[in-house]
Amino acid sequence: MAVLVKILMKNLIQVSDWDMNGLAKIAEQVLSEAKIQQASSCEVGIALSEGLSVSVRLGEVETLEHYRDQSLAITIYKGKRKGSANSSDLSYDAVRESVRAACSIAEYTDEDVYSGLADAELMAATVPDLDLYHPWSIAAEQAIELATRCESIARDTAGIENSEGATVTRYGGCALYANSNRFMGAYAGSRHSISCSVIAGKGDSMQRDYWYSVARKPEALETAEQIGSKAAQRALRRVGARKIKTGKVPVIFSAEMARSLFGHFISAISGSSLYRKASFLLDKKGSRIFPEYISISEQPHILQALGSAPYDNEGVATRYHQLVENGVLQDYVLDSYAARKLGTVTTGNAGGVHNLVIEPGKQTFDELIRSIKKGLLVTEMMGHGVNIVTGDYSRGVSGFWIENGEVQFPVEEITIAANLKDMLLSITAVANDVDIRGNIRTGSVLVENMMVAGS
Amino acid sequence: MTHSKDIAEQAILAPADLTESHLQRALGELMGQAIDCGELFFQVSSCEGWVLEDGIVKEGSYTREQGVGVRAISGEKTGFAYSDKIAFDALIDSSRSAKAIARHGQQKKVQRWSAQNAPMLYQAENPLTSITDREKISLLEAIDRHARKIDPRVQQVIVSLAGVQDIILVAASDGTLAADIRPLVRMNVTVIVEENGRTEQASHGGGGRTDYHYFLTHEMAQSYAEEAVRQALVNLQAIAAPAGTMPVVLGSGWPGILLHEAIGHGLEGDFNRKGTSAFSNRIGQQVASPLCTVVDDGTLVGRRGSLSIDDEGTPAACTVLIENGILKGYMQDKLNAGLMGVAVTGNGRRESYAHLPMPRMTNTYMRAGRHDPEEIIQSVDKGLYAVSFGGGQVDITSGKFVFSASEAYLIENGKVTRPVKGATLIGNGPDVLTKVSMVGNDLQLDSGVGVCGKDGQSVPVGVGQPTLKIDELTVGGTG
Repeated sequence: MAVLVKILMKNLIQVSDWDMNGLAKIAEQVLSEAKIQQASSCEVGIALSEGLSVSVRLGEVETLEHYRDQSLAITIYKGKRKGSANSSDLSYDAVRESVRAACSIAEYTDEDVYSGLADAELMAATVPDLDLYHPWSIAAEQAIELATRCESIARDTAGIENSEGATVTRYGGCALYANSNRFMGAYAGSRHSISCSVIAGKGDSMQRDYWYSVARKPEALETAEQIGSKAAQRALRRVGARKIKTGKVPVIFSAEMARSLFGHFISAISGSSLYRKASFLLDKKGSRIFPEYISISEQPHILQALGSAPYDNEGVATRYHQLVENGVLQDYVLDSYAARKLGTVTTGNAGGVHNLVIEPGKQTFDELIRSIKKGLLVTEMMGHGVNIVTGDYSRGVSGFWIENGEVQFPVEEITIAANLKDMLLSITAVANDVDIRGNIRTGSVLVENMMVAGS
Repeated sequence: MTHSKDIAEQAILAPADLTESHLQRALGELMGQAIDCGELFFQVSSCEGWVLEDGIVKEGSYTREQGVGVRAISGEKTGFAYSDKIAFDALIDSSRSAKAIARHGQQKKVQRWSAQNAPMLYQAENPLTSITDREKISLLEAIDRHARKIDPRVQQVIVSLAGVQDIILVAASDGTLAADIRPLVRMNVTVIVEENGRTEQASHGGGGRTDYHYFLTHEMAQSYAEEAVRQALVNLQAIAAPAGTMPVVLGSGWPGILLHEAIGHGLEGDFNRKGTSAFSNRIGQQVASPLCTVVDDGTLVGRRGSLSIDDEGTPAACTVLIENGILKGYMQDKLNAGLMGVAVTGNGRRESYAHLPMPRMTNTYMRAGRHDPEEIIQSVDKGLYAVSFGGGQVDITSGKFVFSASEAYLIENGKVTRPVKGATLIGNGPDVLTKVSMVGNDLQLDSGVGVCGKDGQSVPVGVGQPTLKIDELTVGGTG
């Protein structure tokens, strides 16, 4: 049977560890099988990955886990009817069975005029090599040694009483995406990490904290010693935490906590929230939703970055994308389905944003603290009290009380609450201590005024 | 169990030409070094999901996953490898990787299989085929129409239907050879309502270890739509929630998420063996008011959190965690029970063959007390009455926990008055139940929607409680 698409081999960024041509053959089988079964269009994603994770606790190996995963995801369209199937089995028969299952589902789903692949002319013409794959040739024994070193630094710190252990993980994989709009792309990626979690204090005053480093390149990880030492310091500084009185104060979100605020912002300007009219930022394109000095962009092509991707989950080329300029919302975050529902064009965000960058300010984190007369520094958040429809925000937090520009004592068992619409508008500073360990890159953030509930 | 075992062997082993003697040989390979226990966990699962939105069934999906996880335990050490190929060579490969955890020592013997007799808590039939695909579509469409008919302010309705059949087979060197055929169905209705430019959203749903007929009887599916619409309309009227510490009355059923977060996780065996839980070394101590008796019960027929056997082949049990306020026991899997020298409790659970088992909850609930719920509300001058929740979370070590109300009201002078916006409640696990001053006679379990996450693994769970009054809890509103 003839292959449905002309395969553009240049879109496969070959690396020796993964058999991309083998994946391409499976994708071709899916596409031709779909044609046999009278699908009008089809898309397929195939992913392989392999890794190792070791955990050491109290100086002894606790777990040694080997990962090896494979997955196949197929979506079939029969006219405007859609059906999907997934499988962990990539054998010839299983692939055929999955295509059949997806086709059978597409017999039952309703016609949806907005459904379908992204338009052919939007497909990434080339797949830039973003330098995302750096395998770590660390053997289990070396990983154990590294984790042991990391944990022992933490445990040797005075005041550290117990440990949840240190973990070293190496992970690599490759993913191929193809569709019947003549697109096929594949690239490999890696992700390695070292983490440590320890406990300071005893009995009723136990406090746990952790630190971690994650990167695509092993050389980019913080050292085991740095991670162990930070984990210990972070746990120690929480001992003796207490409640504070209920009242309105300025709140600083540490860089790793501030990330979630921009995550909520992205949810609120995402296609599905918008076409369902279920967003506190509905129809806000062109309006000021942040203070004037704030600029936010999506930068999908940063080399070696954790959130980088050459194309989105529909094969659409990713691009630099200004979302907020001078505090004004410039654009939404859409896939092709949401775009059609909203009468516009996809922004290359099927599957989400890729490296959201919040332009940092000039202030250091310490300067930010010094600018506070009385306020709260939040270093950990709990719970899910965020309503994207209304913007209502209420979360459990712990952190530190600040007075006269200095950290006074640790606090816990309190909540912070406000409406996200007001919170975004009252971000009075973004510090320059940018945390790049994730898909959202921001420094610490100061929100002018929030209700703290305590005793 | 013979029945389950036959079905499981037919579904898992037969296609790969494997027999019980292959499993013995693989375990023999696994036990080559100083391994205390070796285990093979086979799984074949099929699941499907259907989603209706904008009045049309937009999406349907079918997923089939299979594989085997191989675990080797040596003291406190665990070696683990898995394969999504069920075949003898893959078993041997994974066994070699897993046993690399232990280096020296004596070889232990693989015990002969011993028969387990656990009662079946659910049917072996596949829920996915319990009704036709056409009937599934009609059900979703009927619920969409029903929700829209209830009130003109309903703007959007999203209905989802999901079913899973999970077939598992566990063989271990301690003589375990057990299987389970687990059905699980779930339905959810989300509505978005609008009035005078104000928008609110609410969801309700349910399910259990049964098949899709569950939603068709007693107008169960319709009741989810009615409940979602009711809650969304209530929230259209909600004013700012109060901020500060005050008496809180929790409704019956799903608010039992309190128990799951405040004490449940803290009583899981792993944290207590390691001494990292706020409840470590507290067995026999008073951790709740004498009105409180809390159990974890995996033996309830057809419940979402129930298991005929856990993922290590141990029959599920009803474990008393707290009895009249006194801490009685922890929830255990084999590894932690063995290291702590206590009995297993049937709480060894894993998300799939590709994950390691650990102690997890099943259905966690508080037994009924003797107060009339009305009487409980009347006893409060000024406080909060919370009847529905989103999720929760706990810091095991400090004991601090949160859970977020999605439907709550002010109590003023013994009466439930105005609805308030969603707010997070925060407390301290080891002492929140000591502040329980009244327990209702209206024990209810949740409708079957709970998903619990721990160490990146998700498993279905249940919770429940009667109406109860906590004299002091911090409410995270804005007013």
